[in-house]
This record gives sequence, C-alpha cells and structure tokens, in this order.
Amino acid sequence: MPGLDDLYREVILDHYRSPRNQGELETPPAVRTEGFNPLCGDEVIVFVDVDDNNVITDIAIGGQGCSISQASASMMSAAIKGASIGEARQFISAFKGLMSIHEGELGGDGSEAEMGIDADVADVGDIRLGDLEALKGVVKFPVRIKCATLSWNTLAQALDEAASDT
Amino acid sequence: MSIPADIKRDFPVLQQQVHDKPLIYLDSGNTSQKPQAVIDAMNEYYETTNANVHRGSYDLAVRATEALEGARAKVARFINAPATNEVVFTKNATEAFNLIARSWGAANLGPGDAVVISEMEHHANIVPWHMLSAEKGFELRWIPVTPDGHLDLRDLDTLLEGAKLVSVTAMSNVLGTLNDIPRLAEAAHGAGALLAVDGSQYVPHVPTDVQAMGADFLIFTGHKMLGPMGIGVLWACADLLEAMPPFLGGGEMILNVTKEGFTTTEIPWKFEAGTPMVAEAVGLGAAIDYLNNLGMDNVRAHEIELTDYALRTLNERYGDKIVIHGPQVASERGGVLSFVYGEPDMRVHPHDIAQVLDQAGVCVRAGHHCAKPLLQTMNVPATSRASVYVYNDESDIDALAEALEASSDIFAF
Ligand SMILES: Cc1ncc(COP(=O)(O)O)c(C=O)c1O
Repeated sequence: MPGLDDLYREVILDHYRSPRNQGELETPPAVRTEGFNPLCGDEVIVFVDVDDNNVITDIAIGGQGCSISQASASMMSAAIKGASIGEARQFISAFKGLMSIHEGELGGDGSEAEMGIDADVADVGDIRLGDLEALKGVVKFPVRIKCATLSWNTLAQALDEAASDT
Repeated sequence: MSIPADIKRDFPVLQQQVHDKPLIYLDSGNTSQKPQAVIDAMNEYYETTNANVHRGSYDLAVRATEALEGARAKVARFINAPATNEVVFTKNATEAFNLIARSWGAANLGPGDAVVISEMEHHANIVPWHMLSAEKGFELRWIPVTPDGHLDLRDLDTLLEGAKLVSVTAMSNVLGTLNDIPRLAEAAHGAGALLAVDGSQYVPHVPTDVQAMGADFLIFTGHKMLGPMGIGVLWACADLLEAMPPFLGGGEMILNVTKEGFTTTEIPWKFEAGTPMVAEAVGLGAAIDYLNNLGMDNVRAHEIELTDYALRTLNERYGDKIVIHGPQVASERGGVLSFVYGEPDMRVHPHDIAQVLDQAGVCVRAGHHCAKPLLQTMNVPATSRASVYVYNDESDIDALAEALEASSDIFAF
C-alpha cells in the first residue's frame, strides 16, 4: 500500500517550501498563460521569455496550489530555464510519460511494477528528469496526477503561444 | 429521545476499514451515506414491483405507479407542502435549478429585469442564470457576504429594484450559515419578485416547513438526505407550476401529440418527461421514513451538539493554527466546517490536508466546493471541509483532530 512517504519526498517538500523562479515577468516580451485544476481550484500562471533563437531565457511561476502542484512547477522551471522550445517540449512529454498510468492496473498492490512504472521511462530520449523523478510517487495517488501535470500543461500552452509569436 | 448511540450499525458503508483504519466519514455535505433500510427498499422494489409507471393496466404496473406516487406524497408531507402534485421529481438539485431557469426564467425574464442571487451560492444556483442571462439579457445581481460569513442585507432594497426572482440558499455548503429565509421572502415579495430557496444543505438537517418559509420554489437533492443519487426535488405552489411552460419534452409529459403539435398533461407530470427514477423515488421515500423515525428535531439537535463539539475541540487544540470559517455559534449554523490549517504564515494546502487525513481513514473534501465566487470573496483558493450528519459522533471529530496533527509533522516549517 502506498504511504505518504511515497508522495511527500524530501525534494518535493524542499521545492514546496522554497519555490524556484516564483514571480512574474513583464508581458510582453514574456508570454503569460494560466492553468486551472477544476477539481481543487488551484491556479498556476506561467510566464516565459523566449529569444529569437527559440531559447527560453527566463521563466516565472505564479498562482496558488498544493505541495505537489507547487513543487512540480518549481522543478519544471528549474529544469527548462535555458532550454530551447524543442528541448522543453521533450521535457514535457518525458514528464507526462512519467505521470501516465496503465489503465486497469490501479487498485493493485501499488508497487512500481504493479503500477506499470518502468524504471527507464524517466529517460525518454536524451532527457534526464533528475529531481523530477521524485514526483514518480504521485502516480500511486491518481487524483494527484492532475496537480503534478497542471504547470506542465500550462507551459505547453505558453510555448505554443511563444512559438506562434515569432 | 435522541439519536441512538449505535446508529452507525444501520450504515453498511461505515463498517469498513481504509488504509487499515476504520472509515471516518466526514463528507456528508457532499453526499450522505445510505442506511440499510434505503438499500433494502430499492432492492425490494426491483425484486417485487418493477414495471414502467403510468402506462400499464396490469397489477404490477399499478403497484409501481403507487410506489412512485407514494414517495411523492412522503416528500410533500416532509416539507409540509400544501399539495402532493406540487412536488416535481428531477435528477438532482442542479436539474431543478435548470428547470426553473429554462421554464419559468425563459418565459418571464428579459432586458431590464434582474435575478438576485448571493455570493454564497453553489454553482448549481449560479451557472443556469449566467447561461440564461446571456440569452435573455437580464441582469444578475449578487447579495454580498460579510467577512463573518453572513448575507449583507443592508442594500437589499436597492438590489431588489426591478428584480423578478431572488434565488438564495437556506444553508451555505461552505460556511454553514443559515440564512433568514422568511425575511428574504418578505423583501422579495414586497418588491414583486419570487423567491427560490436552495434547500440542498438545509432540508436534510433542519425540520422544513415550506409554507412557513414563504418560498415560491424550494429545491433539494435526495443523495444528501440518506437517499440515493439520481433524484432531486423541485417544489413550487400549484398555480406557479401550472403557469410555467414544460421543461423537457417527450413521453409522460403530454396529454396529446399530433403532427401539428402537442398539449401538456397536468402537474407535476408535465415536468417529468420520460421514464422516471422510480427505484430512486422509493429510496428517497425510505430515507424520509428513516429521518422521520429519528425525528427531524433530534437530527437538528444532534447536528448542533456535534458542531459545537467540533468548534470547541478544534479551536482549543489548535488555537491560531486553525481558522474555521462561518458563524462561530453552532445554533446559528449547519454542520459543514470549512477550515484552513497550519502555521498562520504558511497554511497547509487543503488538498494536502485531505491526503494526509485520508491516510488516517478520515474523509473530508478539499477544494472550492462548487462555490468559486464565495471563495473569491473569502480570498482563499480552497478550503478543507468536514461535514457531519446523523451517523457521526464525537469520536469522529476526535479522529479528525488527531489526524490533523500528522499534516503538521509533514509540512512543519
Ligand atoms: C447548496 C447546494 N446546492 C446545490 C447542490 C447541488 O446538488 P446536486 O449535485 O445533487 O445537484 C449542492 C451539492 O452539491 C449544494 O451543496
């Protein structure tokens, strides 16, 4: 049975207590996108600055949320700052891969094998998720997956907007 | 007589363990658990009585029809309605509000008119008005909520100018506030408006007399009062229902259909298109029997006692680490307790609290409780909410208080 330790790893609590890249960026030049989790009313605002070479030169995170959504947003911001839009998109799909669960395997014993979490899934292509792997435990608490993916979905939207701006 | 000490035995779902701990159910404001008597009544209906209603001439169909109409009569008596045919069955409270908006609202509201609701409404009493107002061009006005969780009625007269409908909850599902419905009825009627009352949180917990309330519409939902999901109630006086156009069209609601058009049947069936939820009506009837057997005065007294115990226990144990929203006197409120918890400068997010409590077997709701405008006014994105009903007792509150401690351990700063 998954316990709270699987969810609230120390790295996650650290990012929750001291979130990285919190704040706002001036728009324009930055793109601002809001995301909502209708389940719990959480809101995340993602600001990204993208230069002419499609590199994310700066990112800021606003809004309010639970430990999982805040920590995920904080780790995301640290991971993609300085990356190109293409790399960031790879990060997004790698992270969403980490968060995906195989239907029908819920309600098992909650072990990683049972949950269909493949040890290699965190390394999609050349992407190393690093600290973000601590969020793997979220998969054992399916209602929280939306908390973890909220900022990533919002970032994906922001990147679409930034890409269409240039 | 009061609520029997062993009442939990009547509720099969409460007999289980989750995460190796006894299940402590504190989310009845969301949906209530069902006593064995309700489950049995629905099973028995399917085992002995099932047939389509109002259609068959054989004995079985007659008995099924009697089961449906018998449940309607129980509902009417439960709220002291003047007549049984004033009780319309809907899918839930949400559908009842949509019925009022689409039927009465579409026929009576236009540019220059106003509908007055309050900041403490559930989305069920907000969104149908937003939807209709976009089409019909009437104004939606809001009765504000004071910082201590009451309706601010100081500017009521101005708000009511040109209003055709006031639609307000009798008890807030977030704050527990009991609103002064007779006063609102008088003010609404004085201004020439009708009054709709959302009784979703009130009717399950407080003896209800629709005539004393002075309401023109009363809405509630079966699953919050020990009944099944899938049945709700709209009550309105016969004259009003007669004058309203139908809501959904189809079978059951017609008198005659030709290639040129149709005529509607009498109330309440005019508003009940298609095969109705007979087993759910039977279940709701059984729930009403169960509540009557406990005595609604006892139900309310138990709620006040337990709410008082919860306010005292949590405030004494946690001091400034907990803020319980809404009125602080149990007799002025219902048993839904929304709270924020944690160090004053760093509250634990409700979603995290609910997660930690779940691990201790304690079920509470975290989020916006389908009342986002209210949470905006309160300036919080979400709250944790524990809500009690007849089967809860002091041991459940103690379990909640104890389990909260664990979230301080994890999120201590
Ligand atoms: C005050 C209030 N009104 C309306 C509703 C809607 O009830 P239902 O979802 O059964 O339609 C609820 C409960 O969710 C409620 O608490």
